[in-house]
Amino acid sequence: MASIEAREKRQPWILLSPALLTIVTLLLVPLLFIVVYSFWLRTASGADQIGFHLDNWQEALSDPFYRDILLSTLRIAGITTLLCAVLGYPTAYFVARSRTRHKTLLLLLLVLPFWVSYIIRTLSWINILGVSGALNAVLLGLGIVQEPLQMLYNEASVILGLVHFLLPFIVLNVYVSLIGIDRHLESAARSLGCNQRQAFLEITLPLSMPGLAAGSLLCFVLAAGTYITPLVLGGPRDAMFANLVFDAIITQLDWPLGSALSLMLLAVLAVVVAVYNRFIGMGQLARGLS
Amino acid sequence: MSGWALLRLHAILVYLFMFLPVGIVVVLSFNASQFGSFPMTGLSLRWFEALWHNEAIMRAFRTSFLLGTLTALISTTLGVLASLAMVRYRFPGKQAISTLLIAPILVPEVVLAVALLLFLRALGLPKTFPLLILGHVIFTMPFVILVVQARLASMTSHVEEAALSLGASPVQTFFAVTLPLLGPAIFAGALFAFTISFDDITGTLFWKPGGVETVPTQIFAMLRNSISPEINALGTVMIVLTVGLPLLGMAVARRVDSGRHH
Repeated sequence: MASIEAREKRQPWILLSPALLTIVTLLLVPLLFIVVYSFWLRTASGADQIGFHLDNWQEALSDPFYRDILLSTLRIAGITTLLCAVLGYPTAYFVARSRTRHKTLLLLLLVLPFWVSYIIRTLSWINILGVSGALNAVLLGLGIVQEPLQMLYNEASVILGLVHFLLPFIVLNVYVSLIGIDRHLESAARSLGCNQRQAFLEITLPLSMPGLAAGSLLCFVLAAGTYITPLVLGGPRDAMFANLVFDAIITQLDWPLGSALSLMLLAVLAVVVAVYNRFIGMGQLARGLS
Repeated sequence: MSGWALLRLHAILVYLFMFLPVGIVVVLSFNASQFGSFPMTGLSLRWFEALWHNEAIMRAFRTSFLLGTLTALISTTLGVLASLAMVRYRFPGKQAISTLLIAPILVPEVVLAVALLLFLRALGLPKTFPLLILGHVIFTMPFVILVVQARLASMTSHVEEAALSLGASPVQTFFAVTLPLLGPAIFAGALFAFTISFDDITGTLFWKPGGVETVPTQIFAMLRNSISPEINALGTVMIVLTVGLPLLGMAVARRVDSGRHH
């Protein structure tokens, strides 16, 4: 019966249509729309002037103010990712290879930070680094300093907050790829004369690279797109690129400029994702996220 | 020190780094002192009591619950249907569809927020609560799809085929066989969507109508002054909710699972 076959063919599309329709109307069309919007102008009266103007782009691309903040955003995201990788990889390796009875607990603890609110985890550092925070209380108590130190509201505290927020992404991704490696490969390498270090460097590390790369990508993209962490833990000079977008759209109501700025951010991050996709592929990312 | 001992020390320090700050929030929320800081002067529940009487915070909780529930409901419905299509059927262009379905995660949330906000403004729609829901749906749905897809993939379709061959219609089969079997997957997806929505601030600050606050945006607004013991208490309540609820959910799911196997 041909009708059953036709129905079989239609069925997946019927099931997919609500989700696809949502993504098209709420993501793809709006994205096209900000492309259009970025060529409009904001007039002195505050109204939008429809047309094809390159002024926003000229301002966003040539003004050193935007360029500097874009570069410092990429630098902050890069340092954050590097720190997360250095701190996260050995931790994931330890959990994956440990034979303790508490392994389930260790795993649960890896997932737990995802459930603790981002804003709470960010502000928790004020309790530690603030003028009347835990660290200053200890330093004053031990007589190491006479006056409380101001350790907040600088680039280092922003990076610290970002690492704290993003570290679980890397640990979990690396962990998933580590437990997927056939343990026999490592023992084979050992029996063929590799020492433990060589076996790790020649076998385990390369095989877990996709997990590390997927975690690092997530980390980089999320760090580069944040504006909350700099607002909470940064000083007035620690604005990141997403802060400029927020200011343009919400504070100044300059939507055309905000559009151009958000497209700039999107383009830069798209290049990062495309490079990743070229060398590693999207499948790994989906695996790590679920 | 051996390599493994070093590794263990590293892991312990990383775990401390992840949990100590959150632990300090909880400890300070019981601080009796006027200021939310060290040294602690005694234990007290006064800040939790203050929360209970703070109308703005209670309103924010109600808003967040409503938003999270509606978001979970919509994005789980859409996500489960899409996951069924992705796991159960083969069709042309599947790879591209799969990328499209997780596209909202690949776009930075700030850009997504700007795009949706400007699009609705261009249509002449003001910022409203439904806009907030739509925004939350679009970025929670990919996570629901990833979770549900992973669970579905490990489930065979033999039972459904049996029901169909015994004369049940596809709709009957869906409601009588597929849906109950999917229960844990749907529950996990919905819980995930709820917690992501409940916790969101990046998109919410763009989309929220004037005067509407969710718990995270309320906390953010309160931070403008300085950190207060009340914020720490609110943080503790949030932690209990967002950590306690999923743990409870997992326990329930495990119990249901083991009940089925016996």
